[in-house]
Amino acid sequence: MEVLRITTSGSVDDGKSTLIGRLLYDTHSIPQDKMEALHAASKRKGLDFTDLSLLTDGLVAEREQGITIDVAHIYFSTPSRKYIIADTPGHIEYTRNMVTGASNAQVSLILIDARKGIVEQTYRHFFIASLLRIPYLVVCVNKMDLVEYSEARFNQIVEDFQELIANATFKAPSIKFIPISSLYGENLATRSEKINWYSGESLLEYLEQITFDHADSSHPARFKVQSVIRPKTDAYHDFRGFAGKVVSGHFNVGDEIISLPSQQKSRIKTIEQFETQLTTAEARQSVVITLEDEIDTSRGSMLSKPENAPALLKEIAAQVCWMDQTKLVPGKTYLLQHGVNRVKAKVQQIQHVIDVTSNKIVEDKKELGLNDIGKISLKTASPIFADSYDANPANGAFILIDEMSNSTVAVGFVD
Amino acid sequence: MTNKIQWEFPQALEDEAIYILRETAAQFERPAILFSGGKDSITIVRLAQKAFYPGKVPFPLLHVDTGHNFPETIQFRDWLVESLGLDLRVRYVQDSIDQGKAQEETGKYASRNALQTVTLLDAIEELKFDACIGGARRDEEKARAKERIFSVRDEFGQWNAKMQRPELFDMLNGKIQLGENVRVFPISNWTELDVWNYIRRENLQIPSIYFSHEREIIERDGMYWPYSPFLNTTEEETPFRQKVRFRTVGDMTCTAAVISEADKLEDIISEILEAKISERGARIDDKRSEAAMEKRKQAGYF
Repeated sequence: MEVLRITTSGSVDDGKSTLIGRLLYDTHSIPQDKMEALHAASKRKGLDFTDLSLLTDGLVAEREQGITIDVAHIYFSTPSRKYIIADTPGHIEYTRNMVTGASNAQVSLILIDARKGIVEQTYRHFFIASLLRIPYLVVCVNKMDLVEYSEARFNQIVEDFQELIANATFKAPSIKFIPISSLYGENLATRSEKINWYSGESLLEYLEQITFDHADSSHPARFKVQSVIRPKTDAYHDFRGFAGKVVSGHFNVGDEIISLPSQQKSRIKTIEQFETQLTTAEARQSVVITLEDEIDTSRGSMLSKPENAPALLKEIAAQVCWMDQTKLVPGKTYLLQHGVNRVKAKVQQIQHVIDVTSNKIVEDKKELGLNDIGKISLKTASPIFADSYDANPANGAFILIDEMSNSTVAVGFVD
Repeated sequence: MTNKIQWEFPQALEDEAIYILRETAAQFERPAILFSGGKDSITIVRLAQKAFYPGKVPFPLLHVDTGHNFPETIQFRDWLVESLGLDLRVRYVQDSIDQGKAQEETGKYASRNALQTVTLLDAIEELKFDACIGGARRDEEKARAKERIFSVRDEFGQWNAKMQRPELFDMLNGKIQLGENVRVFPISNWTELDVWNYIRRENLQIPSIYFSHEREIIERDGMYWPYSPFLNTTEEETPFRQKVRFRTVGDMTCTAAVISEADKLEDIISEILEAKISERGARIDDKRSEAAMEKRKQAGYF
């Protein structure tokens, strides 16, 4: 069974929480006792309907302020797949949460209030979806009930959005527009009768037919080594296996591999998953790989294939999203974590800062603070084995850790 | 759309959990598994077994024993530890009470659930654990929906929802200051159904109280409470025998039973698919207030 990860971004009042609540309701994912708790909570708030958005706004502060302040994870299943929604707030001061929520997503769901059309936040959400190279973009034009389900209004918003896309540096390979009403469930789980001029899929129908090829051979084979398993028991006296995760592409038993940073070569002897011997391992699988020869490989090493091994990078240009209250200090040494590999890295220069709303460089701004996105150059103490994020997203991102506070202060995307 | 039977376990969830467990072993000096004997911690033990095979599970198990456990759970715990050759440490809530660090609750709702936190934090300090792996899932409860995979706690075990580290892609940052510790949640993204489908696929043994059995219960506040010497009852509450099972395993004083004939895994899974009551709906400890879990988490609970 496949898992599909979705990120949602929306403004406070464009009905995002209601949409998620409605999807859960329509897929029978809300148990009766939770439903009753929702009735009671809605009544306490003086509402005359059951507020499904209360399902996702989890923290006390959020309930008090009526806003979403973090990333919440919501789960539901259909008979064919499991869905994970990362629900993130839409304000500019939560840009970092949006980036976080989007980082594992295959689908970005953008909500637009049909009455308001494209607003500042729409640009921001689109920018983040583009920055993260999320392959599927679904634009839900919500609150169609409040514009009398007008086809002209929907078409106008689609047109405006197309204009926005025209200026983008990266376009999702697939963009879908759906007119919906989350309050009334129109075009969510099933097709709307009220919106009869729209002949496309409902939101859930559309999500159900998205497919992925995890063995995608267009991406190079990368395996990150998390640890070396050496049981030293009688039964496994000479066993030396590399436990880790296939980052991208795939590996077969018998493949010639090169280990980085040692650059030593060998062949794959076995690929193991507990007691099962596999012949192949593909992206996202956690396996143990044994090699024909004893070569220098340990935690943080990367196995790849000699014909398309990643370069050993020590000078890196990258887009970063700053995530900490403390600003980036040029010249300061941070810890750079790429996959499971950590190296010291010094920020050489802040090249520019981008206005995420206009997608333009901010003139005269040369500092990165909380929620800022910009381009920097870094120098690392030892090489990392990254691809450019554009070419191979699974091996192109890193985080920066402040060694004083231990906080994760930034996420970076290698140019 | 109706819920058809979903037997298939999403393999991506196992891969993710194994990756997290391997990161935990690599990034911390003294990690441990918090083991309750419930299905979620049994799942964690299985995942740890698979993650490091053919090596041994590199984590000891810590059980915080409230003294109010179902005897079936303790029996099962000892069997599992024995059969897999695991290293079990037990710390007792009774000791915390005797030392004056925790105070027994009174009245008919008295439970030792909240007292566990005291014993747990003491054990973490005593055994110098820098990471504790738990089986909590984000789908269980709304405060847990915001929890990170690596969740940093301060010296007092406190969770600060507003100061959480961002977690990007699969990169986990387990760096901490001396005195801090991390709670690790490898099955964050699993649902109750995922856990059951996994138990079925892996053919795992679980404590017998998950299956339908006859036992003495009382009815209180519309829920069925297991009758035991630990439960303070009023005169009107008379125990009666009934075929029940438990959907979660907590203490005998805070876990309600459901009336059920399900005595096979298949039947349990069917029951969950049709269930009218959420999993934690049978947890009396969550019913105390709308924010009960969030408040307990801030204090160091799981």
